[in-house]
Amino acid sequence: MATTQFLFAGFGGQGILFSGKFLAYKGLMENKQVSWLPSYGPEMRGGTASCSVIISDTPVGSPIVSKPDVLVAMNLPSLDKYEDSVVPGGTIYVDSTLIERKVKRSDVTVHYINATGLANENSMPTLANMIIVGKILGEMNEFSEEGIKAALGKVISARHADMLDFNLKALNIGKDN
Amino acid sequence: MADKVLMKGNEAIAEAAIIAGCRHYFGYPITPQTEIAAYMAKRMPKIGGCFLQAESEIAAINMVYGVASTGHRVMTSSSSPGVSLKGEGLSYLAGADLPSLIVNVQRGGPGLGGIQPSQSDYFQATKGGAHGDFHMIVLAPSSVQEMADLTVKGFELADKYRMTSMILADGTMGQMMEPVSLDYEIAEAPAKPWATTGTNMEREHNIVNSLFLAPEKLEEVNFERYERYKVIEETEAMYEEYMMDDAEICVTAFGIAARVAKNAINEARKQGIKVGLIRPITLWPFPVAPYKKAADKVKEVISVELSMGQMIEDVRLATECKVPVTLCNRAGGMIPSPEQVLEAIVKANGGAK
Repeated sequence: MATTQFLFAGFGGQGILFSGKFLAYKGLMENKQVSWLPSYGPEMRGGTASCSVIISDTPVGSPIVSKPDVLVAMNLPSLDKYEDSVVPGGTIYVDSTLIERKVKRSDVTVHYINATGLANENSMPTLANMIIVGKILGEMNEFSEEGIKAALGKVISARHADMLDFNLKALNIGKDN
Repeated sequence: MADKVLMKGNEAIAEAAIIAGCRHYFGYPITPQTEIAAYMAKRMPKIGGCFLQAESEIAAINMVYGVASTGHRVMTSSSSPGVSLKGEGLSYLAGADLPSLIVNVQRGGPGLGGIQPSQSDYFQATKGGAHGDFHMIVLAPSSVQEMADLTVKGFELADKYRMTSMILADGTMGQMMEPVSLDYEIAEAPAKPWATTGTNMEREHNIVNSLFLAPEKLEEVNFERYERYKVIEETEAMYEEYMMDDAEICVTAFGIAARVAKNAINEARKQGIKVGLIRPITLWPFPVAPYKKAADKVKEVISVELSMGQMIEDVRLATECKVPVTLCNRAGGMIPSPEQVLEAIVKANGGAK
């Protein structure tokens, strides 16, 4: 992985910013160069939220991801808005519980994950985001238990330490999906 | 070395200020810098400091004036419209030769404008910022690490020269997270014999004031102040050069624009175009030297800005108009894309091959 540019997009409340932050921290724990940039406009207040994450072996230039290598779309407006921006040969992860349509592009790899459905079935309704992240890490051969645990330790506050195992489980569900 | 942690630019400024010994923060919330106030609200009470949300930006800057008069390190932060409100206070701080740190995390303007990132307060920051003859030291971070580093530096310079340092950032710099290491050795602040700390009946009163009704006296303090400014211009200018050694085209940009420009430069280099970057780190004093050097060897300078073109005027002065200086910009909260900058570079190189 020389440089990978991720764009996470969905509704506010789906943990879009959190999953991006987790991925950035995992990169940091593994001595990569990273950046994380959230949308902070009025749209994130009750509407769509997005965040740009860059993980690289070399210093990160612009932190703004306008042409993602990896797009995570957790609702239809996000897929509609960002599908065309993905680089040819890139990858799109779609929460197929919430997005009924298929990706139109034929020059990208697409993974449809029943993420919200799986999260509900496993009594972890707020962790659809981490199921998708688990899938991403599995597909990219970046599912290192050590890096994952270190990163979770950073993004989950001590007050919510009980959530650590749930997140780990969600990541594993995604990887095995 | 301390562990690297991920922090938002705004949080990095706040923590660095605390490390630098700032124990007084006064502010009023405004997007996209509110995390600075939020961080201070959380931390200051735990370390015996003072966080106070003022009733307005004007109140906050005058509280800064008050604490600065006592010689303590003090700061306020805001975003563009809020900084305009602080203008009067900035002038009074300059007139009374008080050290302080002001942060402007810029958003699009003019007026209430928008909340997306911008660099359109460059004129305001570098040409004074309010009435009267004065300057502020203006520092332009281009990474979260620099948000922290330049905050520490800003306090040091403010104390050294008895003036205001301004961190001129933008919404992207404030909101983004990057690894940051907050490992500083903080030098002791210089003695401040002028501070109003109480006489103990042992010395004459110190008076902090910006009122000089006798024009001869007022001229004298202005002359003295500008002698200090001259020293700063000669010794404190900071900049980064990137791939300028063999450059035939020079891109220049600060803050987030410089990050975008680097992407474009890397891409142009792959196409065999000899292009480099001059990134001012201090906007006042403006780093004239690298432009003077570039003016003798490049065929064009491209100023990349998130404004209608403000720094470009200083670039033209610094290059003494020896080479064409062109603008590559977006405004109103939009950010130039690397593709747009690359296009400008290709055009400067004589068009697509």
